[in-house]
Amino acid sequence: MSARRVVVVGYGMAGSRLAEEIRRRDRDGERTSVTVIGAEPHPAYNRVLLSAVVAGTMTPESTQLHDAGWAAEHGVDLRLGVSVTSIDREARQVALDDGSTVDYDALVLATGSQAWVPPTEGLQTDDGSLAPGVATFRDLDDCAAILEHARPGAPVAVLGGGLLGLEAARGLAGRGALVTVVHPVGHLMERQLDPAGGAVLARALGEMGIEFRLGRFAARYVQGDGLKLDDGSHVPADLVVVSAGVRADTALAESIGLTVDRGIVVDDSLRTSDHRIHAIGDCANHPMTVSGLVQPAWEQAEVLADLLTGVDPAARYRGTPVVTRLKAKGVDLAALGDVHAEVDGDAEVLCLQDPVRGRYAKLVIRDDRVTGAIVLGSPDAAATITQLYDAKTPAPTDRLGLLLGRALSSAGPVAHSPADLPASSVVCRCNTVTKGQLVKAWRGGAATVPELATATRATTGCGSCTDAVCGIVDWLARA
Amino acid sequence: MTQLAAPAVDTHCPYCALQCGMRLTGARVEPRQFPTNGGGLCQKGWTSGSLLTSASRLTTPLVRVDGELRPASWDIALDLIAHKIKALQAMHGADSIAVFGGGGLTNEKSYQLGKFARVALGTSQIDYNGRFCMSSAAAAGIRAFGLDRGMPFPVTDVGKADAVLLIGANPAETMPPFIQHLTNAARSGGLIVVDPRRTPTAEQATLHLQPRPGTDLALALGILHAVVADGHLRHDYVAERTTGFDAAWRIAAAWWPERVERVTGVAASDQRRAAAILAAASNAYVLTARGTEQHARGTDMVGAWINLAMSLGLPGTPGNGYGCLTGQGNGQGGREHGQKADQLPGYRKIDDPAARAHVAGVWGVDPDSLPGPGRSAYELLDALGTETGPKALMVFGSNVIVSAPSAGSVGDRLSSLDFLVVADFVLSETAARADVVLPVTQWAEEDGTMTNLEGRVLLRTKALSAPDGVRGDLDVLRELAIRLGQPEERFPVEPETVFAELRRASAGGVADYAGVTYDRLRAGEALHWPVPSEDHPGTPRVFLDRFSTPDGRARFAAVDHTGPAEPIDDEYPLIATTGRVLQHYQSGAQTRLVEELLNAVPEVFIEVHPDTAERAGLAEGVLARVVSRRGEMRARVRQVSSMRTDTVFLPFHFPGEQRANLLTNPALDPTSRMPEFKVCAVRLEVS
Repeated sequence: MSARRVVVVGYGMAGSRLAEEIRRRDRDGERTSVTVIGAEPHPAYNRVLLSAVVAGTMTPESTQLHDAGWAAEHGVDLRLGVSVTSIDREARQVALDDGSTVDYDALVLATGSQAWVPPTEGLQTDDGSLAPGVATFRDLDDCAAILEHARPGAPVAVLGGGLLGLEAARGLAGRGALVTVVHPVGHLMERQLDPAGGAVLARALGEMGIEFRLGRFAARYVQGDGLKLDDGSHVPADLVVVSAGVRADTALAESIGLTVDRGIVVDDSLRTSDHRIHAIGDCANHPMTVSGLVQPAWEQAEVLADLLTGVDPAARYRGTPVVTRLKAKGVDLAALGDVHAEVDGDAEVLCLQDPVRGRYAKLVIRDDRVTGAIVLGSPDAAATITQLYDAKTPAPTDRLGLLLGRALSSAGPVAHSPADLPASSVVCRCNTVTKGQLVKAWRGGAATVPELATATRATTGCGSCTDAVCGIVDWLARA
Repeated sequence: MTQLAAPAVDTHCPYCALQCGMRLTGARVEPRQFPTNGGGLCQKGWTSGSLLTSASRLTTPLVRVDGELRPASWDIALDLIAHKIKALQAMHGADSIAVFGGGGLTNEKSYQLGKFARVALGTSQIDYNGRFCMSSAAAAGIRAFGLDRGMPFPVTDVGKADAVLLIGANPAETMPPFIQHLTNAARSGGLIVVDPRRTPTAEQATLHLQPRPGTDLALALGILHAVVADGHLRHDYVAERTTGFDAAWRIAAAWWPERVERVTGVAASDQRRAAAILAAASNAYVLTARGTEQHARGTDMVGAWINLAMSLGLPGTPGNGYGCLTGQGNGQGGREHGQKADQLPGYRKIDDPAARAHVAGVWGVDPDSLPGPGRSAYELLDALGTETGPKALMVFGSNVIVSAPSAGSVGDRLSSLDFLVVADFVLSETAARADVVLPVTQWAEEDGTMTNLEGRVLLRTKALSAPDGVRGDLDVLRELAIRLGQPEERFPVEPETVFAELRRASAGGVADYAGVTYDRLRAGEALHWPVPSEDHPGTPRVFLDRFSTPDGRARFAAVDHTGPAEPIDDEYPLIATTGRVLQHYQSGAQTRLVEELLNAVPEVFIEVHPDTAERAGLAEGVLARVVSRRGEMRARVRQVSSMRTDTVFLPFHFPGEQRANLLTNPALDPTSRMPEFKVCAVRLEVS
């Protein structure tokens, strides 16, 4: 049997991962031949790390997903800088803009998504390209454009107070730019946060020097001046970063008549309306998935690799529970599941607001399971809650402890005086010496630390209990 | 009766690899100033003398007659063993006899045991319990640095560091006096402990990272990611002293801390903080132990922590480094001198023709007569009594029926043997099933060298005479070798004579002891191997100039997280992890005989989060039935609110139905052949 010819259109986060997952299962290419077509001339890079590039902590090179020799080493036919011009579903053939064609047994569309630019006057030129001083935030070229303008003291406007917009804003503020975020909704990250949580987040980011215009649209952009908002106010900006959402790139799929909704519609086998064509990542529309995140794309790549290599023909993709983590230095935010439940509704809802310290925590529990949460400013609680949500295991009965994490110390009450220690309390762990034994030895005549050490061996291991034993000697001497 | 040797004798503790200095006057123990312990001793060390005079001591050989072990003379026991060996080998070949050693044996015994197996028995079937202990760290160390010396620096160097990252290590209970070397880091706000449990060590930490068991590799990748993303990478060091960073980084790049958090449960901000603390330190160490090594991917897990250490420029630079905390008393020396299935003395490889020629020359045999590599420890135990496996087993210094994974099936394998011989000084659970039990000496009753966790060779001096009827292991090996037709001069009985031969056999090898002599040790010299000649001062710090790889550079390992061999599911919804308590050592065969230690921890317990216990209907102090795919055991419930709700903990020191290893998963690391002691899926039931 000859190897199945798999052709992947797109060499981004999803396409490159699929190629990796296929080769992980079929190292020597016995079951599959893999061709990957990437429109951009440079190697795939990790889009998740773009915020770090903008923040200046990571170089563009270190975001590369593969080394230059990766494709050759793994027997992948990688064609960079070429685009698909047409697909012949009948002949199962892809035509490329370099004039060549590639035959397929299975075609995978991993074309991703594109930044959506709102129809604000002046943002785009007549030919549809971005006006000078305007950048989207989707790829490395965008990062370069943004960094060109992001000098300390330079005014920057960010259009969009969603996850990516805020990460860009935080990174730019960290570089000393004067950042204003313009967001059309009344609170930030409205898809992931409730209004109260959004308000605490705005306050926390505000303390880092970021300003907000919430519930406001940008009406007009004037190069060299900035934005005019719908209430007539003005936001100065040498640079406008547009982060107003993305749209699945479905042009190719539509051109060949595949079913497209918000993205290319796929089933649990990640199959489109043509059973020989699959779609994964941002361009795909799976009923149980929110697009725009990398985790679903990578899980889809695993399932599809199982199917295409035949390693697990029963593999199915059934959605990825979404956990949103804001990657912004100094702000720790996690949001997951149903966060809009009301405190007085039918679910068990716990809520803590501590805006002065930048903390907000909301926990939604149904049938003893975490079904939603917002955790801001309490990172260790976020980690625990996320694991409970993913594993669907029962939440601890100590709900408050769960909500607060380390803020509610797990340690018991601290004894301030040796008098408060129970007699059975172990003072010297290395030698299992209790307070009771020390008291007994003291009463037997061992009045100093060295004498107690001789009598009980306390302090003779690592020595770290010496202060505690001194304290007991002092207490006994005073008593 | 024990005769008390007159003067006090300076020696070292019989238990862990810290090898604390102690002074013995007869069987009376006092602590002694020594760099590793600074004059401290833990409860095990303090009470170690009581075993010398214990009534539970074996003082006569035992031979099984009509199903019962009965006293016999040494001649009868040794003749019987020799007879059985010859008969089985005549029928089934040389490999029908297997040998199982231990990491508590002296260098001389480890060496002689390997020689006995390869020369007197001619068998390839020899391995030892260090395979369950140090093998993953050893394999990862060799892969990264070209050489495995647990700590390639003196342990006191750690005491000067302002940051220490401990992974899967609980020295507050496993080697308590070591804690003094962490005090500076803790006071400087730089002690970071990675452990799924809030152990006494973790309680002292500046930062405790509490990952889900089996996800250490993801955690290491997350911290490495933070090192790079937050600008802490030591570019110069990576460029000048290492290779392979790019491939390792491509993997770590995909493990940003928020993604790692979801897998490990360790907060992304804590991963970043760990990276920042280590990067800001003037001096920093990364130290691993069994918690991150005893996994079916243990070698890669350690490799990931070494990657992290290298990204921070630690290994091979003054005042910094990577090391592993060796466990057993001679865990270091025990893995160097030939009781390992694939090794010859001097840390030489048994399939290397030059190594074979050298060692055969020292032994006075034809290189071609030496067998090749044999089965690794678990594979050896698992093959016992099978059609192609060994028919007889000789055990020295190990209690496999308690300490091996999937202990129930190991018990079945032992039962199917034609013949089992155990040399021990107490009737361990394994000895109790033997056909012949040989009573041997304890540490204080003979001379011998040990190599501690920092690669320093130590002399343990005889402090008192053994009880009548007891013989040394070297004596036993010599008597058996003679009965098997070996010339008697090939198996000397004096430790110093054996050591002199070991020096020659190790000369030119990786672990080169050629320049170590008993006289130099008696004079108090601190000799860390390699010591290639008698005028060489030893090597307290290796790698300062170059690593032991062909190009002198340390190698990053391109390793990725995959998760434990046995994931939890609805039927077995909890993760069991195993470990130790302060009062007991290894299988507990020794420490359970010390009244004071047994009183402190008399039986096995299971640490469970109160909610998890309650859901299983288990109140504090009741007996729980713990069930895995391998077997079941019973343990008393301790509700511990700092436990993760998905994890339970069991110490493995107890026998019979209390054996934690009845549950554990014998999935093996592809390189080190380490079993997955630290993660298996279980469920809890009311007993």
